Amino acid sequence: MPSLESTRKAYGETLLELAREGRDIVALAADTSTSMYTDLLAAEFPDRSWDVGIAEQNMVAMAAGLASTGKTVFATTYATFMSMRACEQIRTFIAYPNLDVKLVGGLGGFSAGIEGVTHLAVEDIGILRVIPNLAIVAPADAVATRKLVRAAADHRGPVYIRLGRDPSPVVFDAAYAPRIGEAVTLADFGDDLGLVASGFIVPEVLAAAETLKAEGIGVTVVEIHTIKPLDEKSILSLARRTGALLVAEEHSIINGLGSAVSELLSEKFPVRIKRVGIPDRFTESGTPDELRDKYSLRAADIAAEARQLLRTRSAEKP
Amino acid sequence: MPPTEKRIAELELIAAKLRLHAVTIAHRLGEDRKCHPGPALSIADIIAVLYFETLRMDPARPDWPDRDRFVLSKGHACPILYAALAMKGFFREEALWTLRHVNSMLQGHPDMTKTPGIDMTAGSLGHGLSLAAGIALAGRHIDKRPYRVYALLGDGELQEGLVWEAAMAAANFGLDNLVAVVDCNDWQSSKSVPVSKLMSVQPLRGKWESFNWFVEEIDGHDVAQIVGAFAQAQKNRGRPTVILATTVKGKGVSFMENNNSWHQKAPTDAELESARRQLLS
Repeated sequence: MPSLESTRKAYGETLLELAREGRDIVALAADTSTSMYTDLLAAEFPDRSWDVGIAEQNMVAMAAGLASTGKTVFATTYATFMSMRACEQIRTFIAYPNLDVKLVGGLGGFSAGIEGVTHLAVEDIGILRVIPNLAIVAPADAVATRKLVRAAADHRGPVYIRLGRDPSPVVFDAAYAPRIGEAVTLADFGDDLGLVASGFIVPEVLAAAETLKAEGIGVTVVEIHTIKPLDEKSILSLARRTGALLVAEEHSIINGLGSAVSELLSEKFPVRIKRVGIPDRFTESGTPDELRDKYSLRAADIAAEARQLLRTRSAEKP
Repeated sequence: MPPTEKRIAELELIAAKLRLHAVTIAHRLGEDRKCHPGPALSIADIIAVLYFETLRMDPARPDWPDRDRFVLSKGHACPILYAALAMKGFFREEALWTLRHVNSMLQGHPDMTKTPGIDMTAGSLGHGLSLAAGIALAGRHIDKRPYRVYALLGDGELQEGLVWEAAMAAANFGLDNLVAVVDCNDWQSSKSVPVSKLMSVQPLRGKWESFNWFVEEIDGHDVAQIVGAFAQAQKNRGRPTVILATTVKGKGVSFMENNNSWHQKAPTDAELESARRQLLS
């Protein structure tokens, strides 16, 4: 059993570390200072962490004002409210003036599944991906969260960071060294197929790769923690090596990583692609694991789709 | 100390020049890229006092960290703000005629990255007070710097819910370095219906007081009252101040006053000439 750790707690702890290091950061929350752990910062640096109450639009617009004075601001709420309630504020007042605001959305994907569709964020990346200047980052676990929150603090300009809710499997160790905008190769078992994955589905994809390896199918797994700007070079290289890609994410199959990869490859190196994600429909309440089972985001589902993709491609070969 | 009669006359002359600039801009832009002369004239006296009396700034150093900040929440009134920035020397007057043209430093609504002297991108209505509150929070409680932050809102704009989120936060955070001015001309975009009939925002004093703001009510075209209101706001402690300024949309040009067809429209040659005679008389 992998150990479990909360990405949002890792986030709050990292903010505190950054403040202790003397970084000129400010955290804002929208009645989320407890749930997203920005109160860890408030306890030691009360002038560096503010909760505006249940008012996400005001939080993001105030973040713009704060950032205009030269601060790095971490605006913090849930992914669904960040991407939808505060969408115009993000687009017009953070991204357009290119202000140094990190937009941190917890409860991404199915992680808030028990709350139901009102709180589920499976469209957030798709909504935000169309906005210029805005980097989009989805850490896969708590280790990645620590490193990518730091990387975002070092990155001048707006970044959306998608986090989870309850403790989730730890995938990475201290050697993991992500850089914003760069893909990470997590497994290289061969050139039969490329698996491209982002976010909380990464451990399932790695398990699928092991299953396929045991069956004699050698795949390469590439993690895309930064959906935008996309590491086009790495994805093109993987497509050239393997000739077919399966893209997996805990997000709508519309306008997430699968779409980004499809857009790239259809223009620059067309190969067959299979998108694994949440279908274009509203889902429902359930634990994250129940929803991942029902909506086919498990290692077994991914492995099955990979086999099907290989069969399709073989049938097409002359 | 209240301004002298001479100083008041100077500020009134500046306001008249700003008005003429705004109407001239609207004329030069024409119908193809028509701007908003009515909303601009409404705030001319407030802008004149802010930029030529109240705000601490240095046009040679638009990024001076201790400068006072101004956020034009009703960003469509920007021709008058651009005229003030040009008159202050933030950029050359010739730039005014490029407003709303491709490749211009002057965007249809204020853009902090393109225009020297613009402290905050603004214009989609309802946002200015939140943006200003963020700046004020940094100055008042984090950096503890002496600058003050001013946001100018339209009265119709108060229909946006976000304004009241910001009003709540600014009072809760004790942002006494923040001043909101509401340009109460009782008109919004809809041509024939005043704010008070379309979706009334009254009673305004009671609303702001209940949100725990200091409230001042003035004639928004009386320069001495405007100067006095900003001076009083500087003395207010512990809470932000809102100045409810009663104004006339299109003020200063007879055929534009309270005629909402001038919300967004280009004057003809004859109309420009008539406006010039009235403003310089």
